[in-house]
Amino acid sequence: MSVRLVDVRKEFPDPEKSGGIMVAVKDMNLEIREGEFITLLGPSGCGKTTTLRMIAGFEIPSTGQIWINDEMVNDQPPNKRDTTMVFQSYAIFPHMSVEQNVGFGLELKGRPKSEINTEVAKVMEVMGITELGKRRPDQLSGGQQQRVALARAIVNKPRVLLFDEPLSNLDAKLRETMRVEIRRIQQSFGITSVYVTHDQDEAMTVSDRIVVMEKGLVMQVGSPFEIYSRPSCKFVADFIGKVNLFPVKTLSVGEDARAQDRRGVEVSAGSADPALKPGDDALLMVRPESLVLSKAGSVDQKNSVEWGSGRVIKSVYLGSVIEYELDAGYDKPLMAISYDPVNGEFFKDGDEVSFSFSQRAAHMLPLR
Amino acid sequence: MTPTNLTRTIGQFRRVARDPLLLFVSVLTLASLLLFVVYPIASVVLQSLKPGDTYSLAAYAETLKSAYLRRAFYNSLMMSALTALVGTFLGFLFAFAVVRAKVPLGKFFNGIAIIPIVSPPFIGALAIIMLFGNNGLITWNLLKIQNFPIYGFNGLFLAQVVTFFPVAYMTLKGVLESMNPVLEDAALNLGGSRIKVFLKVTLPLAMPGIASSILLLFVETLADFGNPLILAGSKFPILSVQAYLQIVGMYDLPKGAAISVFLLAPSLIAFFLQRRIVGRKKYTTVTGKPQTSTGKIVSPGARTFLFIACLLVSLLIAVIYFSILLGALAKVWGYDHSLTLEHFKFVFGVGFKAVRDTLMIAGIATPIAGVFGMIIAFLVVRTKVPGKKLIGAMSILSFAVPGTVIGIGYILAFNHRPLALTGTLAILLLNFVFRYIPVGIESGTAILQQIDPSIEEAAVDLGADARRTFSKITLPMIVPAFFSGLVFAFVRAMTAVSAAIFLVSSRWNLMTVHIMSQVESGNLGAAAAYSVILVVIVALAIGLIRLLLKARYGRFGGAMLHF
Repeated sequence: MSVRLVDVRKEFPDPEKSGGIMVAVKDMNLEIREGEFITLLGPSGCGKTTTLRMIAGFEIPSTGQIWINDEMVNDQPPNKRDTTMVFQSYAIFPHMSVEQNVGFGLELKGRPKSEINTEVAKVMEVMGITELGKRRPDQLSGGQQQRVALARAIVNKPRVLLFDEPLSNLDAKLRETMRVEIRRIQQSFGITSVYVTHDQDEAMTVSDRIVVMEKGLVMQVGSPFEIYSRPSCKFVADFIGKVNLFPVKTLSVGEDARAQDRRGVEVSAGSADPALKPGDDALLMVRPESLVLSKAGSVDQKNSVEWGSGRVIKSVYLGSVIEYELDAGYDKPLMAISYDPVNGEFFKDGDEVSFSFSQRAAHMLPLR
Repeated sequence: MTPTNLTRTIGQFRRVARDPLLLFVSVLTLASLLLFVVYPIASVVLQSLKPGDTYSLAAYAETLKSAYLRRAFYNSLMMSALTALVGTFLGFLFAFAVVRAKVPLGKFFNGIAIIPIVSPPFIGALAIIMLFGNNGLITWNLLKIQNFPIYGFNGLFLAQVVTFFPVAYMTLKGVLESMNPVLEDAALNLGGSRIKVFLKVTLPLAMPGIASSILLLFVETLADFGNPLILAGSKFPILSVQAYLQIVGMYDLPKGAAISVFLLAPSLIAFFLQRRIVGRKKYTTVTGKPQTSTGKIVSPGARTFLFIACLLVSLLIAVIYFSILLGALAKVWGYDHSLTLEHFKFVFGVGFKAVRDTLMIAGIATPIAGVFGMIIAFLVVRTKVPGKKLIGAMSILSFAVPGTVIGIGYILAFNHRPLALTGTLAILLLNFVFRYIPVGIESGTAILQQIDPSIEEAAVDLGADARRTFSKITLPMIVPAFFSGLVFAFVRAMTAVSAAIFLVSSRWNLMTVHIMSQVESGNLGAAAAYSVILVVIVALAIGLIRLLLKARYGRFGGAMLHF
C-alpha cells in the first residue's frame, strides 16, 4: 500500500515565544511505494517523528495532504486509519498479559475469540515469544517487550507499519539482532513500513530507501548506497559516517566527472552530483576507509590517484581497525581508516605519510 | 487568528466531531461547569452590584462605611496571614524533623499530623471551648478562672494553627522528600557548617514549597467558616461569618454578596499565585525518586530540640482529640464529668437522620465527583478537545473560591425557576459534586502525567476510540489514584460546612451543621458525640478503601494512598 505526502507542512506553537510558531516539517513531498521499507533519518528535532506521527494520525498537517493508497486521510483519526505504530517506549499495556496485549487490536475489531487466539498464537510463534503469553509486562526484558510490541502491531496486518525509534532503549548487541529481525519480518509479511531513527547503521541495515532530514527539510532520498557514497550535500555526507571533503572547482560532470583542486592538480571522480555544472565550486568527498596511507613517497600507483602527503597527528587502535588523523594542510585534519592492522602497516604519531584513493571512491557534491 | 491558526482550530473541531462521544462529553462538561461553578459565583458578583432595581456600588459603599465590617476585613486578612506564617513554620518543623532529622517516633508524628486533616475542621474550635471556655476543663475546673478571654483572637488563632499546620506539613514533607539529600551532603563535604548548609542549600531549595504552603494556608484560613463561627465572637468579626450573618440573620443579600466579594478577591489572588509557584516548582525541585537522607545535616542538639517540639505539638493535638472523646462521654461538661452514653443515644435517636443524610450525600456525591474529575483530567491532559484549558480553569475554580461564597452563590442562583433547587437534596448533591471535582482532577492529573502517553496512543492506534481508550486502558491504570482521591473527597464532603450551611433544610441536614448548632446552643456533649461518630465514620471509610486497594493492587495501592 503506498503512502504519499504532498506539500505536507506542520507548525507548532513556539513554546519559548508566546504567539510564535515553530515549523517542524517544511512542505514535504514523499512517495512511499507498496511493500517498501523506508527510513526517516536525521538528528533530533529534524521533524522525522512529527512526520511519522502525521502518517499515524496523531498530528494533523497544518497544510498539505497525506494519502494512503487513493484515500486522503488528513481527517481520519488514528483509530480509523489502517496504520499501526511500534512505539519507542513500546507502550505495552501494563495491566494486561502478553497475550491480551497482542490480541487487543483484534479484540477491538470485534473478531471472535477463537480467531483471535489462533492469530495471536501464530504471530507469537513467528516472533519467538510463545512461552511468554501469560506473563505480565513487568516480567519482561527489554528485548522481549520489543518483540511483544512488534507482535501486537503486525497481528492486525496493517496496511502501513510505523516504527518510532523502536530500538533506542536496547543495548548494542540486542539492537543488532533486532534490526535484522525487523527486516526479516517486514519482508515475510510484505508490509509497507516507515521507520524513524537517528542511528545511521540501523537505517543502512533495514531500509530499501532512506530519507535524510534536517530542520524539517528533506535533504536527500535514496538507497543506502546512494546516501552513503553519493550524498547530495555536505549535511548528508557529514551526518552519515565520517568524511573527508576537499575544496575543488568542477571541470566536467556526468560520466567523466573531473575537478581541479586548489593546487591546480586535476582529478577524476567516480560520480558528481547532478546539481553541479562545470565551473562550480564543489567538494570532493572521500570516505576515510577509501583513503589509503603509505610511507611517504611510496604510493601504489596501480588504481589509486595520489593526492598528497601529511603527518599523522593521532592514531587510535580499535582492534579490527586503526583510525588515523592526518595534518595535510587543510582546515580540518583528514581521517583515514586502515583495516587488518596485524597484516598491514602501522604508523605512529608524527610519521610522514602519503595518501591516495581510487577514482571510484571519490564523489563531487555542491559546496552549500 | 491567523489563517493557519484558524485551519488548525477547524481541523480540531472536525476531528472531535468524528468522535461523537468525546464531543458530547466535553460539551456536557463545559456546560455543567458553566452552570454549577461559574454561574453561582457570577450571581454573587451580580447581586452585590444590584442592591435595588438598578446596578450600583451602593452595597460596597455601605460595607466600606461600616467600621465593623472594615475591621472584619482586616481581621480576616491578619488572621489568615498569621496562621499561614506560623502554620507553615510548624509544618516545616514537623516535616524537617520527620524527613531530614529522622527523629524517633517519626511515624507517630506523621500520624498525629494527619488527624486534623481527616477530621471536621471545627473540631479544634470545639475542643478549645471545652478546654478553655467558660466551662472549660483547664480554665474553669483546674484554674478556677471565670470568663477566660478565649473568644476572639487568642482562641481562633490557636484553633486555626492546629487545624491548618498539617496542610503545611503534608506540602513540605513532599518538598523535602523530593529534594536530593546528596546536595546537602555535598555542601557539608565542601566544608560548610550545618547552619550554613541549612541556610544556603536546604532552605533556598525548599523556598518554592514554603511559599506555596504559606499561600495555601492563607487561602484555607481565609475561607474557613466553622472555627470563626464558634470562636471569633462578636468582638472579633471575621468576613466569612459576617457574610453568613448578613444573609441568614438579616436577609440582606446584596450586602452579604458584597462581603463575599471582599472575601473572594484576596482568595483568588493568593490561590493563583500559589498555582504559579507550584507550576514552576515542577521543573526545579522534583528530581526523581525520593532518596534516603543521611541526616548528617542535623546536629544531635538540634535533633533533640526538634523532637521535643514535635512532642509538644503532638501532645496538644492528642489533648484536643481526647477532650472531644471525653466530652462526648461526660454528663454535663464542666460540671458533672461522670461517664454516660446519653449523648450518643441522642445522636443515634433524634439526631440520626442527619448522620444518614450526611452519609448518603457524601456517598453519592464523591464517586460522581471522582469519576467526573478523572474524565476532566483525561480531557485536559490527554485529548486535544478545543476549550480544554477553559475546562481545567473552571473546574479548579471551586477549589479557589471560599465555601461561603459558593454557598451564597448557590442560593442566589438556584432559588428561582427553571432551577428552583433550594431546600432539595439535589442542591446539596450538586454543590458537593462540583466542589470536590478538583480532588479527582488533581489526583487524576498527577497520575496521568506519570503514565507514558504512548500507552494510550497505542490503544488509539490499534483502533480504540476515546471511550474504549478511557475505559480499557486509562481507567484501569489510574484506579488506585482514583480511590485515594475518592477517600480525600469523601473526607472533605463529610466534614464540609461552609457552603453546606446555606443549603441545608429541615428535610435535608448534615452532621456538621448539627454540630455547629449544638455548639451554639451550648450543648457541647451532643456536639462532641456527633464529632466522634463523624471521625469514626471517616476513619472506617479510609481503612476500608485502603484494605480493598491493598487486596487488589498489592504494594501498588498502598504506595499510592497518601493517608
